[in-house]
Formats: sequence, structure tokens, C-alpha cells
Amino acid sequence: MPMSAAEIEAMIKHALPGAEVEMRDLAGDNDHWAANVTAPQFAGKSRVQQHKMVYEALDGKMGGVLHALQLTTQAPTS
Amino acid sequence: MSDINSRISGIVGDNDVVLFMKGTPLFPQCGFSSRAVAILDHCGVAYESVDVLQDMEIRQGIKAFSDWPTIPQLYVKGEFLGGSDIMMEMFEAGELQTLMDEKQVAKAE
Repeated sequence: MPMSAAEIEAMIKHALPGAEVEMRDLAGDNDHWAANVTAPQFAGKSRVQQHKMVYEALDGKMGGVLHALQLTTQAPTS
Repeated sequence: MSDINSRISGIVGDNDVVLFMKGTPLFPQCGFSSRAVAILDHCGVAYESVDVLQDMEIRQGIKAFSDWPTIPQLYVKGEFLGGSDIMMEMFEAGELQTLMDEKQVAKAE
């Protein structure tokens, strides 16, 4: 079963309270997603650390049932 | 350190730029790996690639090695830089090219 956008978004927001998540369906098949995550927890972290925080939020799903998630991350600017 | 970890350390240590990917630079087997190859080609640097589809031990081991769940993975001078999304962000910001220059990575022939 592929993961829905709502499911992915919910897991990220659960682990990173206050995060904003924009999901985009890359292929129109509900299986290849792009996520843009803005979270206060990212402040002062490297890109690798930020991506790892999102992967941790997805609790092992990344690279498994969720095989195609294009990810961009940033801390809020203001 | 387990055998596979020391094997991966060896590969990462012996090559300035290493891309662990699915397929080969000529025939990438996944969109993300294909994107990573295109970025390195644009940077014009010499790199070694490892096809994880040909080696199950590396395919699993590399994820634990970097604590990173996906492939491709890029290493420069022994340091894990990220996957294709981070490569793309760095490339678009000009940071990847700068880093390759700073680390004095050899140009592709």
C-alpha cells in the first residue's frame, strides 16, 4: 500500500510540531511525492540533519513503502 | 566495525568522490540516481560510482553506514554529503561546485 499525502503530512507534523508541509504529487499516481517542509526545529541544523529529522518522523517508512519522496527542507525565515 | 562497514569505509576513503547509486552513470536504474549523475556531470568532476543493485551487502550496509535510508548517496573526501535532493539544492545554490573546488577534487577527463 502506498502512503497517502495526508498520512505523510500527519507523521511529519506529529514529530515536528509547528511544521508546515506542502505535498506535491509528482507523477499523478499517489505514490511519488515531493514534500517541502518548513519547521522551527530545523534552525541551526545542516541539510543532512534536517532531512534525517524528516526521515525519523516517517519512522522507517522512507526507503520502504515510501520509496519516492523528493524532499526540501528549511527553517522559517522570520 | 563489521566487515561491510570497513568495506564501505575503504571505498569512501580510497576515492575523492563516490556516488552509491542504482545502476551505472551510463544506465541509471532510478530517477533519483539519474539526477545525481546529471548533477555530477554538470559539475565536471571525476567520480567513482558503486551500483548497489549488483551488491546486496552494500545496498543494505550503506544505509546503516550513513544512517540514511535512501540511495543515491554522495561522499566527498570521506564525508557524507546527502542524497539527490540535497545535491540538487546545493547545485542550484552553487554550493556544490564551490565545495568541489575547495576540496580540490579532480576534474573529469
